[in-house]
Amino acid sequence: MRGTWLLMRRAINEVIRVPGAAIPGILAPTLFLLGLTAVFGKLTLLPGFSTSDFMAFILPISVMQSATFSGAATGVNLARDIEQGWFDRLYVSPLSRQALLAGHVFSASLRALMPITAVVTIAVIFGVSIQGPDSLLLAVLLAAAFAATVACYATILALHFRTQQAAPLMQAGAFMLVLFTTSYAPLDLLTGWFQEVARYNPVRFIVEGVRQMSVYGVDWTHTWRALAALAFLAVFFGTLAMRGLVRASDPKA
Amino acid sequence: MIQNARVVAALSMRSLRQAFRRPQFLMPIIVFPSLFLTVNVGGAGRATDIPAFPDVAGFLDFELAGAIVQSTMLSAVSGGIALALDIESGFMDRLIAAPIPRTAIVVGRLATTAVMGVIAGVWFVSIGLIFGAEIQGGVPGALLVIVFAAATAAAWGGFGAALALRSGTVSVVQGIFPIVFVIIFLSSAFFPANLLLEPAKSISDWNPMSFIAEGIRDPIVSSISAEPVLEAVAAIAGVMALGALLSIWGLRKRLAT
Repeated sequence: MRGTWLLMRRAINEVIRVPGAAIPGILAPTLFLLGLTAVFGKLTLLPGFSTSDFMAFILPISVMQSATFSGAATGVNLARDIEQGWFDRLYVSPLSRQALLAGHVFSASLRALMPITAVVTIAVIFGVSIQGPDSLLLAVLLAAAFAATVACYATILALHFRTQQAAPLMQAGAFMLVLFTTSYAPLDLLTGWFQEVARYNPVRFIVEGVRQMSVYGVDWTHTWRALAALAFLAVFFGTLAMRGLVRASDPKA
Repeated sequence: MIQNARVVAALSMRSLRQAFRRPQFLMPIIVFPSLFLTVNVGGAGRATDIPAFPDVAGFLDFELAGAIVQSTMLSAVSGGIALALDIESGFMDRLIAAPIPRTAIVVGRLATTAVMGVIAGVWFVSIGLIFGAEIQGGVPGALLVIVFAAATAAAWGGFGAALALRSGTVSVVQGIFPIVFVIIFLSSAFFPANLLLEPAKSISDWNPMSFIAEGIRDPIVSSISAEPVLEAVAAIAGVMALGALLSIWGLRKRLAT
């Protein structure tokens, strides 16, 4: 437990000591929030669109994008630690592999809080109404947990490729999972095979869960579906990341 | 003259080989715009049902121009990054010391960016045709789209080259990626200008990227019409002239250091 906390603190120190490094993680989601609203804002004129405020509809995507970048950044930092030999030192420390993984992935949740807060604040400044403090808290928790899940995915790639050059794969791969959902419009308004991909993409349920903050308000159906999807992704990617970690520390395993 | 052309061709071939050897240069040009095209068409495809939306065969037909201009701008940034890498690695110094015209160094790089524009044009026209888009302007229309893609890439490439020459560092050139999206979001590249929200709507009326996107879109969604084509030519010429001026200024500053 203490080892996990120390690793989380180390990751947070990186953010505190180099605050400028957090700017791209805030800039890109903000740009998408404002840019996509300006471009696709009139989609709300379509019959069946669930809100008249497109920025409120797309805000969860920017929040999830912030979480994605924070999770991916954890993977990139892990790859850097592997390149520099720092991770080998952790292997020979008396820290359990579970604590090692937990320290890394939960640090992503903490790191995600800053860009998520910034993006939500900007959205509120531009007129988005938050559907109550409970919906805001739930959205932040869901997005922070998603950041940890993305960190597991990025850890798998970092342990496999062992180089920071895998960064685009970590960022773009996870972000595409977020975009291939009800990112621009409700499910019924999506077209062709994209609609089917979105229907079965588990990240859609997390997006809809986060969307309770700005569109639906908290309800049990959206919440349990989001939690179930998160649990599924966390178990899936967490198991693979743990397996990768054990294999990397002991090639005979 | 022929000697200069040979130098430009040789440098351009080197840059092309470099681009194909490093997938990280090609990925932003082809993969990212293709993914965004997929998301835009799948996510906002019903936009054609909005009453004020222009009469088009499908939303994919409309979006192809947006994907092409996005790809050409990312080609321009990638070209700038590659030039900055040459400066950082010291290869540029060797070229400057060689008995070749200085401008050939930049023109060679821009020629590569134009080739990347051709690749982007061919890729997106092919993708469009495979997934059911119709090029209303026929073969001449498709060729015009590809020519515009090449010219647009070279035009914006001047800005990438200027930034690389002036800064000499990869990280600075990489830093302009967000600006690419700002320019595109504030234009009619992805959505009709009359349906954009303010202030994007007003800015798009003056954004050269709008004229370029409409010039590329016209042969796809209707036919080859004089007005959008000429406006696109004028916009590309303007961007190219400004990019060339900035590149020359950047080159002079680099030679002076």
